[in-house]
Amino acid sequence: MAERVLIDGNEAIARGAISAGCKHFFGYPITPQNEIPEFMSRELPKIGGVFVQSECEAASVYMVYGGALAGARVMTSTASPGFSLMQEGISYIAEAEVPAVIVNVMRMGPGIGTGGQHGQTDYRQVTKGGGHGAYRCIVLAPYSAQECFDHMQLAFYLADKYRVLVLVLTDFIIGRMAEPVELRTLEFDPLPGKDWALKGKALKDGKRKFFVSAAFNYGGAPPRYYQHMAEVYQKIKDSEIRYEAYREEDATLLVVSYGSSARMAKRAVDMARAEGRRAGLFRPVTLWPFPEEAVQQAACRAGKVLVVEDSPGELVEDVKFAVQGKVPVHLLGIWGRYTPKGGIMTGGSGIIYPENILEEVRGLA
Amino acid sequence: MKGEVVTREKVYGSPKLRVPLPFRFFCPGCHYGVIVRLICEVLEELGIEGRAVGLAGVGCSFGPIPVAIDIDFTACPHGRAPAMATAIKRIHPEAVVFTVQGDGDLGAIGLGCFMNALLRGEKLTTIFLNNACYGTTGGQMAPTTILGMRTTTTPEGRDPRTTGYPLHAAELVATMKGVAYSARCTVHTPGNFRRAKKAVKTAFQKQMDGIGYGFVEFLSACPTNWRLSPPDCLKFISEKMITEYPPAEFKNIDVSELPVEWR
Repeated sequence: MAERVLIDGNEAIARGAISAGCKHFFGYPITPQNEIPEFMSRELPKIGGVFVQSECEAASVYMVYGGALAGARVMTSTASPGFSLMQEGISYIAEAEVPAVIVNVMRMGPGIGTGGQHGQTDYRQVTKGGGHGAYRCIVLAPYSAQECFDHMQLAFYLADKYRVLVLVLTDFIIGRMAEPVELRTLEFDPLPGKDWALKGKALKDGKRKFFVSAAFNYGGAPPRYYQHMAEVYQKIKDSEIRYEAYREEDATLLVVSYGSSARMAKRAVDMARAEGRRAGLFRPVTLWPFPEEAVQQAACRAGKVLVVEDSPGELVEDVKFAVQGKVPVHLLGIWGRYTPKGGIMTGGSGIIYPENILEEVRGLA
Repeated sequence: MKGEVVTREKVYGSPKLRVPLPFRFFCPGCHYGVIVRLICEVLEELGIEGRAVGLAGVGCSFGPIPVAIDIDFTACPHGRAPAMATAIKRIHPEAVVFTVQGDGDLGAIGLGCFMNALLRGEKLTTIFLNNACYGTTGGQMAPTTILGMRTTTTPEGRDPRTTGYPLHAAELVATMKGVAYSARCTVHTPGNFRRAKKAVKTAFQKQMDGIGYGFVEFLSACPTNWRLSPPDCLKFISEKMITEYPPAEFKNIDVSELPVEWR
């Protein structure tokens, strides 16, 4: 059995990346993800890697773009405002079809938000894309430190396999909550070589590679580029959708949640079951591609859906779209942040406690 | 040069690295074509074409330059070439990595990115093409537009009270600690072409020797947007551009000038 350590989600992200062979990290400080660049700055030089502290997130993302073009496994991590700054570069990475991984440890709100408090308010931006040009990125949403570690390995594999950007979406609670993590190395299928990498033509087959624009790569024809990308995205949809279904076979209420909220929701489901209420949990692990069919089937079996997310309601849109109006969909959003005794949390802090979810479940199942 | 046989091929022929293209990318009288040739010659003479990686900024360098030089090359988003080059160089230290950037790219949208690459003391080379305007988008004012010069966004001429003053990149770059070489050149006469070639060679050599950042600024004609004929452009460079932007070597340090512990 692999070594077990007690680490938080952020360190698990960094360790997971290194175990996936990522030796190059480009990043900029922002709360609540600082443990990732700090860990990388300490550990990468020991293994012959490179840590570069950039001058801003816009530079980080272009270092990642350059590093991906150079053929290395590269990554950066950031939090919400920094992720906004990266949107232009993300669009360019998508255009160039180079593999890379970006981690967004979400904090709450638009703008400066609450300056680093917990929240899940980037769902729409991360899954739908904040940059220009109708691209897609695979989005993984770990809900434990172990999954942070495992998903980083998966993220680098998927990025290389499909030559896409993979976004790993965690949040303040997942990032800063310490849990036991088994440092296991996951096995993946072999990947093709990166003969397209920019490193000087003598280091390859003597033939040069150059990149100007996606349209240029596809004979100057944008429709051909989009046709190719549609095929790539379809392949991803066909084989990479991941989700967890928990006690949902006989459920009469399906709770849908992701990330840290899914931890609370899982507890709430157990509490409801102890009361004899048949609640079940559906947790999308890939937020894109979204497990539309699986959500619809589980929702139709249960007959009723409750979405729990620490935001004013973003995941709920995807759930409603998947369910196609066949069953009612309720939302317990950020206003579900009451203390278990009933008083509203006034500061930026707080979470949707399982007790609050249970109360909602009682009204529905 | 004594004893050297001057052949027609040597004078008029294209460098081996220059990719023959079925159509013209640059406007008649534009200096970019000359500078592309110069870059090809330098890469060949240094024998580094096999490990060279080029990055072109947005503007008239975006498409044509990556296509025209037979080495690994990528076009970059506006102003971001130094960040991308940083990563490529850090990942492949044996590669010779350089950027080709225009004045809008390097001096406006990408000034922060460029300055920070210098501050980090990256071992890169930058060829900066200063034509005093935004060429591709139709001749708008650039950070390097000369005072009084008419552009499509300074129709009455550049006025420092509303648009500030021209950017003197080569002088500014020379003040930065991580920089090993900074020079300004022109290619508007054969003599200047030869001097420029030597400067570019030195700027690459500084990177290859691991001393620091190499930077060469070119004053480059833009007949289309200057609304001048190619011969009048040469006159404009020698009379106006050179007065504002004197060609010179502003910095040239070798390894013995670096602190011993950081060599």
